[in-house]
Amino acid sequence: MSEMTLGTLPESDRLFAPEEEMELNFGPQHPSTHGVLRLKLKVDGERILACYPIIGYLHRGTEKLFELHPFFQNVPHTDRMDYVAAATNNLAYVGAVEKLVGLVVPPRARYIRTILAELQRISSHLLWLATHAIDIGAMTPFFYCFRERELILDLFEQYCGARLTLNCMRPGGLPHDLPVGWADRCRTFCEAFPPRVDEYEGLLTENRIWKKRTIGIGVLPPEVAIDYGITGPMLRGSGIDWDLRKVSPYEAYGEVEFDVPLGKNGDTYDRYLVRMEEMRQANRIVLQCLEKLPEGPVMAKRPRVLKSAKESEVYHGIEGPKGEIGFYIVGDGTPQPYRCHVRAPSFINLQVVPEMSKGALIADLVAIVGTTDIVLGEVDR
Amino acid sequence: MSDEQDKPGAPQAGAGGEAQPSATPATPAAPAPAAAPPKPAAPKPPAPPVGELWERDPVSPEWKDAAADPLVAALKEEFGEAIESARSFAGDLTLVLRRDALAEVAGSLKTRHQFTYLIDICGADYPKRTPRFDVVYHLHSFVANRRIRLKVATDEATPVPTVCGVWKAANWPEREVYDMYGVRFDGHPDMTRILLWEGFNGYPLRKDFPVEGIDTGSAIYPEYYEEKAGPVTGTGTGWKPAKPPAPPAPPKPAAPAPPASPTPAPTTPAAGEPGSGA
Repeated sequence: MSEMTLGTLPESDRLFAPEEEMELNFGPQHPSTHGVLRLKLKVDGERILACYPIIGYLHRGTEKLFELHPFFQNVPHTDRMDYVAAATNNLAYVGAVEKLVGLVVPPRARYIRTILAELQRISSHLLWLATHAIDIGAMTPFFYCFRERELILDLFEQYCGARLTLNCMRPGGLPHDLPVGWADRCRTFCEAFPPRVDEYEGLLTENRIWKKRTIGIGVLPPEVAIDYGITGPMLRGSGIDWDLRKVSPYEAYGEVEFDVPLGKNGDTYDRYLVRMEEMRQANRIVLQCLEKLPEGPVMAKRPRVLKSAKESEVYHGIEGPKGEIGFYIVGDGTPQPYRCHVRAPSFINLQVVPEMSKGALIADLVAIVGTTDIVLGEVDR
Repeated sequence: MSDEQDKPGAPQAGAGGEAQPSATPATPAAPAPAAAPPKPAAPKPPAPPVGELWERDPVSPEWKDAAADPLVAALKEEFGEAIESARSFAGDLTLVLRRDALAEVAGSLKTRHQFTYLIDICGADYPKRTPRFDVVYHLHSFVANRRIRLKVATDEATPVPTVCGVWKAANWPEREVYDMYGVRFDGHPDMTRILLWEGFNGYPLRKDFPVEGIDTGSAIYPEYYEEKAGPVTGTGTGWKPAKPPAPPAPPKPAAPAPPASPTPAPTTPAAGEPGSGA
């Protein structure tokens, strides 16, 4: 079986006789897989010899759908890929379309987009922390995280009417300006948020069980991470300083200050610390954007029907909560994209799970899948 | 991402979504549209763009020849004819490669030019062109903070050399290209479908694949359905024979009599059904 050769342990490392080796299906319905991920495992006792992810249970042909609709109508499709981080998906898509047709976004829209994207990053990380902690066995953070996530979803609801599938951006700007009082409510949330992060950290960071379950688990060395094209907190957890918001700033990121947290050992615990700090930094960015928020229009001048140039292709990637989400769009002079491919961070990051779970215990596999922070809607698209 | 190789004054300098907020450069930007002397007869020479960049009509980026790029020059020197063209659009450098040279060029890009990072691989289908498919690679270099795009053309029959040996990240994206377009990769360790199930009889992102779906019933249940006579998705209520039941004459067409539909009726008859809008 060629498929199971990935990450196979050498014979000498085995504890049990080869004939006691067992094949085990982990998923597609399993309480800790956050969706329909199926992992085919080969186990030696409780240790994983090989792991083979089987995906596609949620495949909806989004890339085919993109080819059918005009540029504007494709924004809702992007909501449904990574459905816990719709704003950053929107941002990546509209950024690609703007690059394709040469639209320039007014400054107020760029700032509001940055605010929405960073709030989305916080909410995505909160959901990750809640489910990751509950997978490992800590129940309480779940309730704490969902309490704050609810407040962010309320802010989104007040802005665009939706809580998850936001559809909150358009090529050229935003559908509408901030409602009256929204900036103040957002500021209230941001001022109350950092103590809450301390609260989560108080529950977990020095918790002896949490440390035992995460330190040294799922180690991802930096060279492996680069070889596998890993992006986002996974890459930074391995100590590589690379954040698209810093190295090639888009929207308003060039005009705000923030730090990029880095891990040292590339294990589950470091990635946890990186994400916790990213929440604080995202909060800092939102506050700065609210402070600097310029006046003016939120939509650029644009034709009613956007058409690309006859032969054109662009790639535009942004730093999503899970990693680099990018769109490769080919235009052919019609109002629809000729081809629109999504570089989904979850899809690429999931590829490294067999490597990370080599020799791990089955119980640790739960932590490894959790720390990868995948959303199956985006993996399968 | 607006890239580092934007020439000053190019109209797409802010096309990546980042406009300089204080950019009122009506005068600096004016030469760009006005500097169109190669055009034989400029209809309206003045047309001074007014207002901020976002108050003007969008100006589409244009293709530029990138032969002068040092990276392109180095690659051309090393591989000569294998680099078929080098152009850039909106700051993205695109290299079209000869198919058989792909693995060598990729290896050189990784080791010599520090493109250690494979961002993505995807396919594209141009049915009117002779080698029908394109396989598109996006690479990134941490050292230069630069991105490039490689393109290789191929057709249904010809496999593309895999780059799994160069970047491990290529494994799943190449499988996805195979899954969606039927392009095979030579030397790939596990050339199987990834998102669709292994018996699926089609390549859905090809342009000639119908959006409403194809008959997969005969692929799953060959013992029940003749080939192409099984249910088609998008016909309204799901599991319905693709062929509409014969008009009034026989009162009992006995709906579950699939082998009785001898004519392979793919998708067209279903289009006229009432519930076809699903």
